[in-house]
Amino acid sequence: MDEKNREILRVLESDSRIGHKDLATMLNLSTHDIATRIAGMEKSGTIRKYTAVIDWKKAGDDGVTAVVEVKVSPESEFGYDRIADRVARFPEVKSLRLVTGSYDLQLIVCGRTMQEVSEFVSGQIASLESIRETVTHIVMKTYKEYGCELQRSEGVERLPYSF
Amino acid sequence: MAVSYREVKGSNVSPIVSERGRNHPQKSFVSERAEMIPPSGIRKFFDLLLTMNDVISLGVGEPDFNTPWNVSVAGIDSIERGATAYTSNKGLEELRDLVSSYLISRYGTSYDPQNEIIITGGVSEGLDLAVRTVVDPGDEVLVADPCYVSYSPCVMLAGGIPVPLPCPAEDEFRVTPDALMERITKKTKLVMLNFPNNPTGGVMKRGDLEAIADIIVDHDLLLLSDEIYSELTYEGRHVSPASLDSLWERTITLNGFSKAYSMTGWRVGYFCAPPEITSAALKIHQYVMLCAPTMSQFAAIEALKHAEDSKDRMVAEFRMRRNLFVAGLNRIGLPCHLPKGAFYAFPSIESTGLSDEEFAERLLIEKQVAVAPGSAFGPSGIGHIRCAYAVSREDLGEAVKRIGEFIESI
Ligand SMILES: Cc1ncc(COP(=O)(O)O)c(C=O)c1O
Repeated sequence: MDEKNREILRVLESDSRIGHKDLATMLNLSTHDIATRIAGMEKSGTIRKYTAVIDWKKAGDDGVTAVVEVKVSPESEFGYDRIADRVARFPEVKSLRLVTGSYDLQLIVCGRTMQEVSEFVSGQIASLESIRETVTHIVMKTYKEYGCELQRSEGVERLPYSF
Repeated sequence: MAVSYREVKGSNVSPIVSERGRNHPQKSFVSERAEMIPPSGIRKFFDLLLTMNDVISLGVGEPDFNTPWNVSVAGIDSIERGATAYTSNKGLEELRDLVSSYLISRYGTSYDPQNEIIITGGVSEGLDLAVRTVVDPGDEVLVADPCYVSYSPCVMLAGGIPVPLPCPAEDEFRVTPDALMERITKKTKLVMLNFPNNPTGGVMKRGDLEAIADIIVDHDLLLLSDEIYSELTYEGRHVSPASLDSLWERTITLNGFSKAYSMTGWRVGYFCAPPEITSAALKIHQYVMLCAPTMSQFAAIEALKHAEDSKDRMVAEFRMRRNLFVAGLNRIGLPCHLPKGAFYAFPSIESTGLSDEEFAERLLIEKQVAVAPGSAFGPSGIGHIRCAYAVSREDLGEAVKRIGEFIESI
């Protein structure tokens, strides 16, 4: 990937609402060039989605989020991929990763209540054939999400004027 | 025998006790030297701004980024360890070693950490230190114009005579050989430069420096180069005057951590010069400053070791903001050079028919956008405003919109 595309991605990652015109000025490219590059990266799946980072607690939502550690017996032919694919299809699973260490898959699971989350994990995940063990951690407080510190207002305190 | 002034015959001190009583001083104790320093050119704006809401301030001369967290942690660690005593006058040896390696690898300027580098309380101290080390009463000092506000006062406090060296917009805010030649007299001793420049964002490329180097050598002048914005160079790499062989022996290089690593409040920088000048400067530094803040020196070590990525991200962000902001200014009819360094745009506001002071004051009152009037930075700044793009892109967009509306309304 060329450096200009990388720069476009870095800007979009920090502000996906930025207009093509501003982006073009900032990166010293033509608006047409920006549009073509972005379209190309959308088509290839490099850019997957434009989204917002939301503090759901602020929105008054009292839903429950859990980090779920899962131990899996890999299948001889597919390794972890087939089981991961099945887990990923549940909309309750917000993210899913294969990790090194004492367990294999790490899930972020969201639900309305603790009970809903625990029923989902025991009923839909733990019962899958190659899953050996699950450990569920209920999230108590989120401090940082997608690079945003949620408990602290960002920015620096400065004098309004200085030379 | 001690006598009170009232008993001194022929004294021209008035014996009259003022209405405020005999304990009240009968004269001003403020020295003539302190008296001659003019008051700050932005005090008025500062006071005005504090009474207002919803102000976007483009008047701030420091980055809007936090100090990289690992750097702050190094400062915190030094406090926790109890490493809070004085360091040697020159500064921590490890820091001087790192500064030396950084300068040679980054700019090709070679300074021996043992006797050619002093860690200072920011470039601010470095400027005062340099001037007092080399300027005698009556010496003329050529000061890049426009420039940072402390230059002329420092020269005046040392008894020198500041002489503006114009770097106007039509010269792309650089020093030209002609401008330099025109102002050199028998009394000229020192030339104070600052590139990338505050307030213009101008830079001097290698060719520009070579063009003035011969003049400096021929007239046996000394150069003081304030390179606090060296990392904020957006096209090519910063060229340090001391990297020119002909200039090393007659250059004092000042730099620091304030701008490159968002460390303005830590107060740490460095002074580099040939050994004779450095040892003279050390005599002043040891009595006036003793040493730079110890915890800040530890933080600075971390900055030089492990903050390259943070710095690069900040520079990339400033470059993008610069492009966005300057395009915006030109679009709304304020002609502005694309600044090649620092984080300031310096557009001309002459087309509006207002003076830069009027423009800044009315813009603040009518549209709540704060900028600094160019005349505060020297005579060549007249007719310009300094806009620091050290605010979020969102605020920059809003500021351009408001400035545009203001111009329409004049
Ligand atoms: C040109 C110039 N020199 C020096 C300084 C002060 O730097 P320091 O924080 O290292 O004292 C500034 C700060 O705005 C500046 O613009």
